[in-house]
Amino acid sequence: MATKQEKQHILIAGCIIGLISAGLVFLGNPANMGFCIACFLRDTSGALGLHSAAAVQYIRPEIIGLVLGSLLIAVAGKEFQAKGGSSPVTRFFLGFFVMIGCLMFLGCPFRMILRLAGGDLNALFGLAGFIAGILAGVFFLNKGYSLKRTYKLPACEGMAFPVMEAALLVLLAAAPAFIHFTEAGGGPGGSHAAILVSLAAGLIVGILAQRTRLCMVGGIRDMVLFKESRLLLGFIAIFAMALIGNLVLSAVTGGTYFKLGMAGQAVSHTDGLWNFLGMLLAGYGCVLLGGCPLRQLILAGEGNTDSAITVIGLMVGAAFCHNFGLASSGEGPTANGKIAVIIGIVVVTAIACLNTFRKEES
Amino acid sequence: MKTIDARGLSCPEPVIMLRKAMASGENAYQLIVDNHASKENTTRYGQSQGYQVSVEMQGTEYTLTFKK
Repeated sequence: MATKQEKQHILIAGCIIGLISAGLVFLGNPANMGFCIACFLRDTSGALGLHSAAAVQYIRPEIIGLVLGSLLIAVAGKEFQAKGGSSPVTRFFLGFFVMIGCLMFLGCPFRMILRLAGGDLNALFGLAGFIAGILAGVFFLNKGYSLKRTYKLPACEGMAFPVMEAALLVLLAAAPAFIHFTEAGGGPGGSHAAILVSLAAGLIVGILAQRTRLCMVGGIRDMVLFKESRLLLGFIAIFAMALIGNLVLSAVTGGTYFKLGMAGQAVSHTDGLWNFLGMLLAGYGCVLLGGCPLRQLILAGEGNTDSAITVIGLMVGAAFCHNFGLASSGEGPTANGKIAVIIGIVVVTAIACLNTFRKEES
Repeated sequence: MKTIDARGLSCPEPVIMLRKAMASGENAYQLIVDNHASKENTTRYGQSQGYQVSVEMQGTEYTLTFKK
Protein backbone atom coordinates (compact mmCIF):
# COMPACT_ATOMS: atom_id res chain seq x y z
CA MET A 1 0.00 0.00 0.00
CA ALA A 2 1.13 3.55 -0.62
CA THR A 3 2.54 5.44 2.32
CA LYS A 4 0.61 8.31 3.84
CA GLN A 5 3.12 10.73 2.36
CA GLU A 6 2.73 9.28 -1.16
CA LYS A 7 -1.02 9.60 -0.83
CA GLN A 8 -0.71 13.19 0.34
CA HIS A 9 1.50 14.04 -2.64
CA ILE A 10 -0.94 12.71 -5.20
CA LEU A 11 -3.90 14.32 -3.43
CA ILE A 12 -2.17 17.71 -3.48
CA ALA A 13 -1.14 17.25 -7.13
CA GLY A 14 -4.69 16.23 -8.06
CA CYS A 15 -6.12 19.28 -6.29
CA ILE A 16 -3.75 21.63 -8.12
CA ILE A 17 -4.52 19.98 -11.46
CA GLY A 18 -8.28 20.20 -10.79
CA LEU A 19 -8.02 23.90 -10.00
CA ILE A 20 -5.87 24.61 -13.07
CA SER A 21 -8.40 22.73 -15.22
CA ALA A 22 -11.29 24.86 -13.96
CA GLY A 23 -9.15 28.00 -14.28
CA LEU A 24 -8.28 27.31 -17.92
CA VAL A 25 -11.98 27.31 -18.84
CA PHE A 26 -12.39 30.68 -17.11
CA LEU A 27 -9.37 31.93 -19.08
CA GLY A 28 -10.73 30.88 -22.45
CA ASN A 29 -10.71 27.11 -23.02
CA PRO A 30 -13.96 25.43 -24.11
CA ALA A 31 -16.40 24.43 -21.34
CA ASN A 32 -15.40 21.34 -19.33
CA MET A 33 -12.22 21.28 -21.39
CA GLY A 34 -9.54 22.78 -19.20
CA PHE A 35 -7.65 19.74 -20.30
CA CYS A 36 -8.57 17.10 -22.84
CA ILE A 37 -5.66 15.20 -24.27
CA ALA A 38 -7.75 13.67 -27.06
CA CYS A 39 -9.36 16.98 -28.04
CA PHE A 40 -6.05 18.86 -27.86
CA LEU A 41 -4.19 16.32 -29.98
CA ARG A 42 -7.11 16.41 -32.43
CA ASP A 43 -6.89 20.22 -32.59
CA THR A 44 -3.13 20.00 -33.14
CA SER A 45 -3.63 17.46 -35.95
CA GLY A 46 -6.06 19.90 -37.52
CA ALA A 47 -3.69 22.84 -37.20
CA LEU A 48 -1.08 20.80 -39.07
CA GLY A 49 -3.59 20.12 -41.84
CA LEU A 50 -3.88 16.39 -41.12
CA HIS A 51 -7.63 16.94 -41.13
CA SER A 52 -9.65 19.87 -42.36
CA ALA A 53 -12.44 20.23 -39.79
CA ALA A 54 -12.28 24.02 -39.51
CA ALA A 55 -13.88 24.07 -36.05
CA VAL A 56 -11.10 22.09 -34.36
CA GLN A 57 -7.71 23.41 -35.47
CA TYR A 58 -5.23 24.89 -33.00
CA ILE A 59 -1.77 23.93 -31.77
CA ARG A 60 -2.62 23.44 -28.10
CA PRO A 61 0.21 24.71 -25.90
CA GLU A 62 -1.02 22.52 -23.02
CA ILE A 63 0.20 19.43 -24.90
CA ILE A 64 3.59 21.02 -25.55
CA GLY A 65 3.82 22.03 -21.88
CA LEU A 66 2.93 18.54 -20.65
CA VAL A 67 5.70 16.93 -22.70
CA LEU A 68 8.31 19.58 -21.94
CA GLY A 69 7.36 19.73 -18.25
CA SER A 70 7.83 15.99 -18.01
CA LEU A 71 11.13 16.22 -19.89
CA LEU A 72 12.49 18.95 -17.61
CA ILE A 73 11.61 17.23 -14.35
CA ALA A 74 12.73 13.83 -15.65
CA VAL A 75 16.13 15.26 -16.61
CA ALA A 76 16.39 17.06 -13.27
CA GLY A 77 15.50 13.88 -11.39
CA LYS A 78 17.83 11.73 -13.51
CA GLU A 79 14.85 9.75 -14.77
CA PHE A 80 15.18 10.63 -18.45
CA GLN A 81 15.86 7.36 -20.25
CA ALA A 82 15.65 6.88 -24.00
CA LYS A 83 14.06 3.52 -24.60
CA GLY A 84 11.71 1.74 -26.97
CA GLY A 85 11.07 -1.39 -28.96
CA SER A 86 8.09 -2.77 -27.06
CA SER A 87 5.77 -3.53 -30.00
CA PRO A 88 5.73 0.02 -31.41
CA VAL A 89 3.44 -0.70 -34.37
CA THR A 90 0.90 -2.43 -32.14
CA ARG A 91 1.03 0.59 -29.84
CA PHE A 92 0.44 2.90 -32.82
CA PHE A 93 -2.76 1.03 -33.67
CA LEU A 94 -3.90 0.92 -30.05
CA GLY A 95 -3.40 4.70 -29.89
CA PHE A 96 -5.30 5.08 -33.16
CA PHE A 97 -8.34 3.18 -31.84
CA VAL A 98 -8.21 4.78 -28.39
CA MET A 99 -8.66 8.11 -30.18
CA ILE A 100 -11.64 6.75 -32.13
CA GLY A 101 -13.20 5.75 -28.80
CA CYS A 102 -12.43 9.13 -27.24
CA LEU A 103 -13.92 11.07 -30.15
CA MET A 104 -17.06 8.91 -30.05
CA PHE A 105 -17.49 10.04 -26.42
CA LEU A 106 -15.99 13.49 -27.08
CA GLY A 107 -13.18 13.48 -24.57
CA CYS A 108 -10.32 11.52 -23.11
CA PRO A 109 -10.50 10.01 -19.60
CA PHE A 110 -9.20 13.33 -18.20
CA ARG A 111 -12.03 15.29 -19.83
CA MET A 112 -14.49 12.63 -18.70
CA ILE A 113 -13.66 13.63 -15.11
CA LEU A 114 -13.86 17.32 -15.99
CA ARG A 115 -17.23 16.80 -17.70
CA LEU A 116 -18.52 15.13 -14.52
CA ALA A 117 -17.14 18.03 -12.49
CA GLY A 118 -19.08 20.39 -14.78
CA GLY A 119 -22.33 18.51 -14.08
CA ASP A 120 -22.45 16.68 -17.44
CA LEU A 121 -24.18 13.43 -16.49
CA ASN A 122 -23.60 11.92 -19.95
CA ALA A 123 -20.09 11.29 -18.68
CA LEU A 124 -21.52 8.75 -16.22
CA PHE A 125 -22.21 6.48 -19.19
CA GLY A 126 -18.66 7.15 -20.32
CA LEU A 127 -17.33 6.29 -16.85
CA ALA A 128 -19.28 3.03 -16.80
CA GLY A 129 -17.86 2.13 -20.22
CA PHE A 130 -14.39 3.18 -19.14
CA ILE A 131 -14.53 0.85 -16.13
CA ALA A 132 -15.86 -1.99 -18.32
CA GLY A 133 -13.01 -1.45 -20.78
CA ILE A 134 -10.45 -1.45 -17.97
CA LEU A 135 -11.90 -4.69 -16.59
CA ALA A 136 -11.58 -6.27 -20.05
CA GLY A 137 -7.93 -5.17 -20.23
CA VAL A 138 -7.22 -6.37 -16.68
CA PHE A 139 -8.60 -9.80 -17.62
CA PHE A 140 -5.85 -10.11 -20.25
CA LEU A 141 -3.17 -8.66 -17.94
CA ASN A 142 -3.96 -11.36 -15.41
CA LYS A 143 -3.67 -13.99 -18.15
CA GLY A 144 -0.16 -12.79 -19.05
CA TYR A 145 -0.73 -10.04 -21.66
CA SER A 146 2.50 -8.25 -22.54
CA LEU A 147 3.80 -6.07 -25.35
CA LYS A 148 7.28 -7.34 -24.41
CA ARG A 149 10.36 -5.52 -23.24
CA THR A 150 11.75 -2.10 -24.13
CA TYR A 151 15.45 -1.60 -24.84
CA LYS A 152 17.83 1.25 -24.20
CA LEU A 153 18.25 3.66 -27.10
CA PRO A 154 20.53 6.63 -27.78
CA ALA A 155 19.45 9.83 -26.01
CA CYS A 156 18.79 11.58 -29.33
CA GLU A 157 16.07 9.02 -30.10
CA GLY A 158 14.34 9.80 -26.81
CA MET A 159 14.69 13.54 -27.41
CA ALA A 160 13.15 13.48 -30.90
CA PHE A 161 9.55 13.73 -29.72
CA PRO A 162 10.09 16.51 -27.14
CA VAL A 163 12.04 18.45 -29.80
CA MET A 164 9.08 18.05 -32.17
CA GLU A 165 6.85 19.52 -29.45
CA ALA A 166 9.25 22.46 -29.09
CA ALA A 167 9.08 22.93 -32.87
CA LEU A 168 5.28 23.04 -32.61
CA LEU A 169 5.66 25.86 -30.09
CA VAL A 170 7.71 27.80 -32.63
CA LEU A 171 5.03 27.19 -35.28
CA LEU A 172 2.33 28.33 -32.84
CA ALA A 173 4.19 31.53 -31.99
CA ALA A 174 5.15 32.29 -35.59
CA ALA A 175 1.71 31.30 -36.96
CA PRO A 176 2.75 30.86 -40.59
CA ALA A 177 -0.02 30.75 -43.20
CA PHE A 178 0.22 26.96 -43.67
CA ILE A 179 -0.81 26.32 -40.06
CA HIS A 180 -4.60 26.28 -39.64
CA PHE A 181 -6.25 28.07 -36.76
CA THR A 182 -9.98 28.02 -36.00
CA GLU A 183 -11.27 31.57 -35.93
CA ALA A 184 -12.64 32.96 -32.67
CA GLY A 185 -16.26 31.81 -32.37
CA GLY A 186 -15.74 29.23 -35.10
CA GLY A 187 -15.79 26.20 -32.80
CA PRO A 188 -13.91 24.63 -29.90
CA GLY A 189 -10.56 25.20 -31.63
CA GLY A 190 -11.20 28.94 -31.48
CA SER A 191 -11.69 28.90 -27.69
CA HIS A 192 -8.44 28.94 -25.84
CA ALA A 193 -6.56 30.63 -23.04
CA ALA A 194 -3.56 32.84 -23.91
CA ILE A 195 -0.58 30.89 -25.24
CA LEU A 196 1.67 31.54 -22.25
CA VAL A 197 -1.08 30.69 -19.77
CA SER A 198 -1.82 27.39 -21.54
CA LEU A 199 1.87 26.58 -21.82
CA ALA A 200 2.47 27.29 -18.14
CA ALA A 201 -0.55 25.18 -17.18
CA GLY A 202 0.80 22.33 -19.28
CA LEU A 203 4.26 22.64 -17.76
CA ILE A 204 2.93 22.57 -14.18
CA VAL A 205 0.60 19.63 -14.82
CA GLY A 206 3.38 17.84 -16.74
CA ILE A 207 5.75 18.19 -13.80
CA LEU A 208 3.13 17.05 -11.28
CA ALA A 209 2.01 14.13 -13.44
CA GLN A 210 5.59 12.98 -13.97
CA ARG A 211 6.41 13.07 -10.27
CA THR A 212 3.21 11.35 -9.14
CA ARG A 213 2.85 8.95 -12.16
CA LEU A 214 -0.75 10.19 -12.36
CA CYS A 215 -2.83 8.09 -14.73
CA MET A 216 -6.58 8.01 -15.18
CA VAL A 217 -6.56 4.38 -16.30
CA GLY A 218 -3.99 3.33 -13.72
CA GLY A 219 -6.26 4.51 -10.89
CA ILE A 220 -9.04 2.04 -11.58
CA ARG A 221 -6.69 -0.65 -12.94
CA ASP A 222 -4.48 -0.73 -9.82
CA MET A 223 -7.52 -0.76 -7.57
CA VAL A 224 -8.87 -3.83 -9.37
CA LEU A 225 -5.49 -5.57 -9.73
CA PHE A 226 -3.77 -4.83 -6.42
CA LYS A 227 -6.32 -2.97 -4.23
CA GLU A 228 -3.89 -0.05 -4.52
CA SER A 229 -5.78 3.26 -4.23
CA ARG A 230 -2.96 5.80 -4.72
CA LEU A 231 -3.57 6.71 -8.37
CA LEU A 232 -7.32 6.62 -7.87
CA LEU A 233 -6.94 9.29 -5.18
CA GLY A 234 -5.38 11.60 -7.76
CA PHE A 235 -8.33 10.97 -10.04
CA ILE A 236 -10.81 11.78 -7.24
CA ALA A 237 -8.87 14.90 -6.17
CA ILE A 238 -8.99 16.29 -9.73
CA PHE A 239 -12.74 15.72 -9.83
CA ALA A 240 -13.35 17.28 -6.41
CA MET A 241 -11.27 20.41 -7.00
CA ALA A 242 -12.52 20.96 -10.55
CA LEU A 243 -16.07 20.67 -9.18
CA ILE A 244 -15.36 23.19 -6.41
CA GLY A 245 -13.59 25.45 -8.93
CA ASN A 246 -16.58 25.31 -11.28
CA LEU A 247 -19.08 26.05 -8.49
CA VAL A 248 -17.01 28.98 -7.23
CA LEU A 249 -16.55 30.38 -10.75
CA SER A 250 -20.30 30.10 -11.38
CA ALA A 251 -21.09 31.90 -8.12
CA VAL A 252 -18.48 34.64 -8.53
CA THR A 253 -18.73 35.39 -12.25
CA GLY A 254 -22.38 34.52 -12.90
CA GLY A 255 -21.22 32.40 -15.86
CA THR A 256 -22.19 28.78 -16.50
CA TYR A 257 -19.32 26.63 -15.28
CA PHE A 258 -21.56 24.00 -13.71
CA LYS A 259 -24.77 22.73 -15.25
CA LEU A 260 -26.25 19.53 -13.89
CA GLY A 261 -28.04 17.37 -16.44
CA MET A 262 -27.67 15.62 -19.75
CA ALA A 263 -29.17 17.80 -22.47
CA GLY A 264 -27.41 20.85 -23.85
CA GLN A 265 -24.00 20.14 -22.31
CA ALA A 266 -20.93 21.67 -23.96
CA VAL A 267 -19.18 19.59 -26.62
CA SER A 268 -21.08 16.41 -25.77
CA HIS A 269 -24.02 14.31 -26.92
CA THR A 270 -26.73 12.40 -25.07
CA ASP A 271 -26.45 8.96 -26.70
CA GLY A 272 -25.77 6.85 -23.62
CA LEU A 273 -24.97 3.60 -25.43
CA TRP A 274 -22.32 5.18 -27.63
CA ASN A 275 -20.87 7.24 -24.80
CA PHE A 276 -20.49 3.91 -22.98
CA LEU A 277 -18.98 2.05 -25.96
CA GLY A 278 -16.65 4.91 -26.90
CA MET A 279 -15.10 5.00 -23.44
CA LEU A 280 -15.10 1.21 -23.24
CA LEU A 281 -12.84 1.20 -26.29
CA ALA A 282 -10.69 3.97 -24.80
CA GLY A 283 -10.31 2.27 -21.41
CA TYR A 284 -9.66 -1.12 -22.96
CA GLY A 285 -6.98 0.20 -25.33
CA CYS A 286 -5.35 2.31 -22.61
CA VAL A 287 -4.96 -0.63 -20.23
CA LEU A 288 -3.24 -2.57 -23.01
CA LEU A 289 -0.99 0.46 -23.61
CA GLY A 290 -0.14 0.73 -19.90
CA GLY A 291 -1.58 4.21 -19.42
CA CYS A 292 -4.08 6.88 -20.44
CA PRO A 293 -3.33 9.50 -23.13
CA LEU A 294 -2.01 11.92 -20.46
CA ARG A 295 0.39 9.27 -19.15
CA GLN A 296 1.56 8.55 -22.72
CA LEU A 297 2.51 12.22 -23.15
CA ILE A 298 4.38 12.20 -19.84
CA LEU A 299 6.25 9.00 -20.72
CA ALA A 300 7.10 10.41 -24.15
CA GLY A 301 8.66 13.37 -22.32
CA GLU A 302 10.74 10.95 -20.23
CA GLY A 303 12.28 9.49 -23.39
CA ASN A 304 9.91 6.56 -23.95
CA THR A 305 9.70 6.32 -27.74
CA ASP A 306 6.95 3.68 -27.61
CA SER A 307 4.76 6.27 -25.93
CA ALA A 308 5.82 8.83 -28.55
CA ILE A 309 4.62 6.42 -31.25
CA THR A 310 1.38 5.97 -29.30
CA VAL A 311 0.83 9.74 -29.26
CA ILE A 312 1.44 9.86 -33.01
CA GLY A 313 -1.11 7.03 -33.32
CA LEU A 314 -3.57 9.14 -31.33
CA MET A 315 -2.95 12.12 -33.64
CA VAL A 316 -3.37 10.05 -36.81
CA GLY A 317 -6.51 8.49 -35.29
CA ALA A 318 -7.89 12.00 -34.73
CA ALA A 319 -7.16 12.92 -38.34
CA PHE A 320 -8.98 9.80 -39.56
CA CYS A 321 -11.91 10.60 -37.27
CA HIS A 322 -12.47 13.92 -38.97
CA ASN A 323 -11.52 12.89 -42.49
CA PHE A 324 -13.95 9.96 -42.47
CA GLY A 325 -16.75 11.39 -40.35
CA LEU A 326 -16.11 9.14 -37.34
CA ALA A 327 -16.10 11.80 -34.63
CA SER A 328 -19.34 12.59 -32.83
CA SER A 329 -20.72 16.10 -32.55
CA GLY A 330 -23.21 17.78 -30.26
CA GLU A 331 -25.92 16.16 -32.39
CA GLY A 332 -24.67 12.66 -31.58
CA PRO A 333 -22.56 9.89 -33.01
CA THR A 334 -22.29 9.18 -36.73
CA ALA A 335 -23.01 5.86 -38.46
CA ASN A 336 -19.37 5.71 -39.58
CA GLY A 337 -18.22 6.39 -36.04
CA LYS A 338 -20.33 3.53 -34.68
CA ILE A 339 -18.84 1.11 -37.21
CA ALA A 340 -15.33 2.33 -36.38
CA VAL A 341 -15.87 1.83 -32.63
CA ILE A 342 -17.09 -1.75 -33.21
CA ILE A 343 -14.09 -2.42 -35.46
CA GLY A 344 -11.89 -0.87 -32.76
CA ILE A 345 -13.24 -3.16 -30.03
CA VAL A 346 -12.66 -6.18 -32.30
CA VAL A 347 -9.11 -5.08 -33.21
CA VAL A 348 -8.17 -4.29 -29.61
CA THR A 349 -9.51 -7.69 -28.52
CA ALA A 350 -7.47 -9.37 -31.28
CA ILE A 351 -4.34 -7.49 -30.12
CA ALA A 352 -5.06 -8.53 -26.53
CA CYS A 353 -5.50 -12.21 -27.50
CA LEU A 354 -2.46 -12.33 -29.78
CA ASN A 355 -0.23 -10.84 -27.07
CA THR A 356 -1.64 -12.99 -24.28
CA PHE A 357 -2.07 -16.49 -25.65
CA ARG A 358 1.20 -16.98 -27.49
CA LYS A 359 4.28 -19.00 -26.71
CA GLU A 360 7.03 -17.24 -24.79
CA GLU A 361 10.05 -16.62 -26.99
CA SER A 362 12.32 -15.76 -24.12
CA MET B 1 16.14 -17.21 -3.83
CA LYS B 2 13.85 -16.82 -6.84
CA THR B 3 14.92 -13.99 -9.18
CA ILE B 4 12.44 -12.19 -11.43
CA ASP B 5 13.80 -10.25 -14.39
CA ALA B 6 11.36 -7.43 -15.13
CA ARG B 7 13.83 -5.21 -16.99
CA GLY B 8 12.29 -3.37 -19.91
CA LEU B 9 8.75 -4.09 -18.75
CA SER B 10 6.43 -1.27 -17.81
CA CYS B 11 3.92 -1.25 -15.01
CA PRO B 12 1.79 -3.00 -14.05
CA GLU B 13 3.65 -5.99 -15.54
CA PRO B 14 6.52 -6.12 -13.00
CA VAL B 15 3.99 -5.99 -10.15
CA ILE B 16 1.93 -8.79 -11.72
CA MET B 17 5.09 -10.89 -12.14
CA LEU B 18 5.99 -10.28 -8.51
CA ARG B 19 2.48 -11.14 -7.37
CA LYS B 20 2.56 -14.39 -9.35
CA ALA B 21 5.95 -15.30 -7.90
CA MET B 22 4.84 -14.46 -4.36
CA ALA B 23 1.89 -16.81 -4.72
CA SER B 24 4.37 -19.63 -4.00
CA GLY B 25 4.81 -18.15 -0.51
CA GLU B 26 8.60 -18.19 -0.23
CA ASN B 27 10.40 -16.00 2.27
CA ALA B 28 12.70 -14.18 -0.14
CA TYR B 29 12.64 -12.95 -3.71
CA GLN B 30 14.88 -10.84 -5.90
CA LEU B 31 13.52 -8.60 -8.64
CA ILE B 32 15.37 -6.56 -11.26
CA VAL B 33 13.68 -3.52 -12.84
CA ASP B 34 15.06 -0.63 -14.86
CA ASN B 35 12.76 2.27 -14.20
CA HIS B 36 11.78 4.37 -11.23
CA ALA B 37 8.02 3.84 -11.46
CA SER B 38 8.39 0.04 -11.46
CA LYS B 39 10.77 0.23 -8.50
CA GLU B 40 8.23 2.28 -6.53
CA ASN B 41 5.25 0.11 -7.48
CA THR B 42 6.93 -3.22 -6.74
CA THR B 43 8.31 -1.87 -3.44
CA ARG B 44 4.82 -0.79 -2.47
CA TYR B 45 3.36 -4.17 -3.40
CA GLY B 46 6.06 -6.11 -1.55
CA GLN B 47 5.51 -4.06 1.59
CA SER B 48 1.75 -4.58 1.37
CA GLN B 49 2.42 -8.34 1.36
CA GLY B 50 4.48 -8.08 4.54
CA TYR B 51 7.97 -8.18 3.00
CA GLN B 52 10.94 -6.02 3.97
CA VAL B 53 12.30 -4.41 0.82
CA SER B 54 15.88 -3.36 0.16
CA VAL B 55 16.98 -1.69 -3.06
CA GLU B 56 20.37 -1.73 -4.70
CA MET B 57 21.02 0.55 -7.68
CA GLN B 58 23.49 -0.40 -10.42
CA GLY B 59 23.59 2.15 -13.21
CA THR B 60 20.02 2.42 -14.44
CA GLU B 61 18.96 -0.90 -12.95
CA TYR B 62 17.49 -1.59 -9.55
CA THR B 63 17.79 -4.91 -7.78
CA LEU B 64 15.12 -5.27 -5.13
CA THR B 65 15.30 -7.89 -2.42
CA PHE B 66 12.09 -8.90 -0.66
CA LYS B 67 12.47 -10.72 2.66
CA LYS B 68 10.05 -11.88 5.32
